[in-house]
Amino acid sequence: MWAYILRRAALGVLTLFVISIISFAIIQLPPGDFVSTALAELAESGTETADEFAAQLRAEYGLDRHIVVQYGIWMGRVLQGDLGTSFFHQKPVLEVIGDRLPLSMLVSVSALVFTLLIAIPIGIYSAVRQYSAGDHIATFLGFLGLATPNFLLALVMLYAGFLWLDVSLAGLFSVEYATAPWSLAKLGDLLVHLPIPAIVLGTAGAAQLIRITRANLLDEKRQPYVTTARAKGLSNRRAIGKYPVRVAMNPVASSVGLLFPNIVSGAVIVSVVLSLPTMGPVLLSSLLSQDMYLAGAIILLLGAFTVLGVFLSDLALMWLDPRIRHGNL
Amino acid sequence: MRTDRLLSVRNLKTYFLADEGVTKAVDGVSFDVSAGRTLGIVGESGCGKSVTALSILRIVDDPGRIVDGEILLTKNDGTPVDLVTQRPNGKFMRSVRGGEIGLVFQEPMTSFSPVHTIGNQLTEAIRLHERLNKAEARERAADLLTMVGIPRPAATLDQYSWELSGGLRQRAMIAHALAPDPRLLIADEPTTALDVTTQAQILDLMMSLQEERSMAIMLITHDLGVIAETADDVVVMYLGREVEQGSVENIFYDPQHPYTRALLRSIPALDAAPKAKLPAITGSVPHPFDRPSGCSFHPRCSEAIEGLCDIEEPETWRPAEGREVVCHLFGDREMAVSIEGRRS
Repeated sequence: MWAYILRRAALGVLTLFVISIISFAIIQLPPGDFVSTALAELAESGTETADEFAAQLRAEYGLDRHIVVQYGIWMGRVLQGDLGTSFFHQKPVLEVIGDRLPLSMLVSVSALVFTLLIAIPIGIYSAVRQYSAGDHIATFLGFLGLATPNFLLALVMLYAGFLWLDVSLAGLFSVEYATAPWSLAKLGDLLVHLPIPAIVLGTAGAAQLIRITRANLLDEKRQPYVTTARAKGLSNRRAIGKYPVRVAMNPVASSVGLLFPNIVSGAVIVSVVLSLPTMGPVLLSSLLSQDMYLAGAIILLLGAFTVLGVFLSDLALMWLDPRIRHGNL
Repeated sequence: MRTDRLLSVRNLKTYFLADEGVTKAVDGVSFDVSAGRTLGIVGESGCGKSVTALSILRIVDDPGRIVDGEILLTKNDGTPVDLVTQRPNGKFMRSVRGGEIGLVFQEPMTSFSPVHTIGNQLTEAIRLHERLNKAEARERAADLLTMVGIPRPAATLDQYSWELSGGLRQRAMIAHALAPDPRLLIADEPTTALDVTTQAQILDLMMSLQEERSMAIMLITHDLGVIAETADDVVVMYLGREVEQGSVENIFYDPQHPYTRALLRSIPALDAAPKAKLPAITGSVPHPFDRPSGCSFHPRCSEAIEGLCDIEEPETWRPAEGREVVCHLFGDREMAVSIEGRRS
C-alpha cells in the first residue's frame, strides 16, 4: 500500500518538475528578456538609461547567468512563494492572481462533482436496463454532450438564459458582490452562480463517464460472481447493486484521473466565454500581452493543481480496490 | 430407492429468444434427483448442462426463457411445487435459491467478488436465510470454513478470494453454497479448473458432506472420470437433449446410445498400447442454433441410418425403471423398418 502511494507521489513530483521546466521555457520564449522589455518601456516614457544600469539589473535578476542557473533561481523563488512580477500589471504575480486560483479550483472541482453525480447513476441505469428506451435516450444525450464543444454550450446557455429567463448567467458573482469583501451573502451568491459553469464544464466529461460506467458494468454484470450472488437468494437489485456496481466503480475512479486535466484546461476557455473571475481570462490576456511571468506562473499553478487532483483520484482508487491496497496490482 | 425424490425435472425446455432466432439450449430434459444420492449430468461443452442448472434456480439470463416443462421441488412437508410457475425474483424463489438449492461453480477465481472479503459474502449468504446477528453469522461462517477443511478459518474470513489458492477458493465456495443448509447442491464443473490432486480432495469433501447431511447432489461435468467416482445416476446430454440415462453401472458397463459409447471410447486407458491414437468423436458439436434435423447426433454417429436418423426424431426407449435411451437403434423398430421399406 505504502509502495503504491510512494510510487504515485513520486510520479506526481516528477510530473510537476517537467511542468515547471515547460513553464520556465514559456517564460523564456519571447525574444529579449524582462530587462530589455523594462528598458524599452522606460525609453518610451522618455527616460534615458545607461548600459551599466541594464547590466546591473541583469545581474540582480541573474539574467546574465546560464539558463539552468536561471531556472534554479526562478524555481527557488517559486518554492518560497514568489512567482515573479507581472510586467503588464506592474504587480507581483500572486497579487494579480489573488483569489482567482481558489475560484478556479472551486469551478473545476464542482464540474467534477457534477460529472460524477450525473454520470454514475445514468451509467448504472443504462447498463442495468440495456437497450431500453431510457438507455437509448441516455446514449443519445451522452453522444450529443460529448460532441458539443463546451464553449459553445456556454454560449447557448448564456443566450437561453438571456432570452427566456432574462438573467445573465455569466460570471461567478452578481454585480453587487463582484468587488465586495467575502461574506456569507457573497458565498451564497457564488453558490447560485456556480452550477452554470459546473454544468458547462462537466457535460463532456459526464458523457464520457456514462459510457465508461455503462461499459464496465455491462462487463461485470456477466461475471460469475453475479450468478453466485443471485444463486444465494439476493434480489436482482441487491445482487447488482452490491457486487458488479461496486467492482465497476474502480475503472470509473481511475478515469476521473484522466478526465480531471480536461476539466481544468476546459475551464480556461469556458471562463473566458462566461467571464468568470478565475485564472482563464488572466491566462489569455497574459499570453496576448506577452506577460510571461504571469503566464508561466498560471500554467505552473494549474499544472500543480491537476497533478494534485490526479494523485487524489489514485488514492480514491486505492481505497476502492483492495487488490491495489494489498499490493496485488 | 426413488421414494424420497427431491427434485423432478420433466421435459424442461429453455430457449434463448434473440432477434436472430431461437436457440434451444435445453430442449426437453427429464430427470430426478433424490436425497442422499448424486446425479451426474455429463456432456460436451454447450450441451445445455449449465443452462439446466440455471433454469432450476430460475436465474437464466435474458433472453433465456423456460418455454415448457416442470421443475417439481418437494417441499419439506412433502408437497411438490412447480418452480416454473413461480415468479423468478419472487420471495419464494429467493428462499429456494441458497436456502433449498445451493450452487457451486466452475470458476472459483471469479465466482467470488474480488472487492468483498470471503467473510462478507459468507455471512451475507447465512443471514439471507436465517435470523442471526453479525457476530453469530461470523461464528457460523468460521465453523463452515472449518467444516470444508480450511486451516485458518478466522483469518480466511478477512481475506479476499484472490488471496486464496484455487483449492481453498473452491472449498470456500462450497462453504458458501452450504451456508444455509440446502437439501440440494448443484455443482457445475466444480473441479474443472483444479489440478488432479485438489480435484480428488474436493470431490471427497463433497461426498463426505453429502453423507453427513444426506443431501442430494447434482454434479454437472464433462469429465466421465468424475462421474464414475461420484455419481449414483447419470444423464448423458447432447445438444440440449437427453440421449441416455441410467445408473452409473448402466452407463459405464452397458452403454447403449452410440454417443455414450463413443464418449467412453475416447477416455484414455492405462493399458492402451503406447502411442495408439485415441478414438475421438468425428466432427464437432453443432451450435444449438442450427440443430441437425432428426436425431441431432446423426451427422457424427457411425451407426446412423440414412433416411431415418436424419429425418425422424427418436423416441425414448425405457427398458427398465430409471433407464432411458433416446435412439432409433433401440426400442420400437417397427416404425423405422416401415420407413426403410417405403424408401426402397
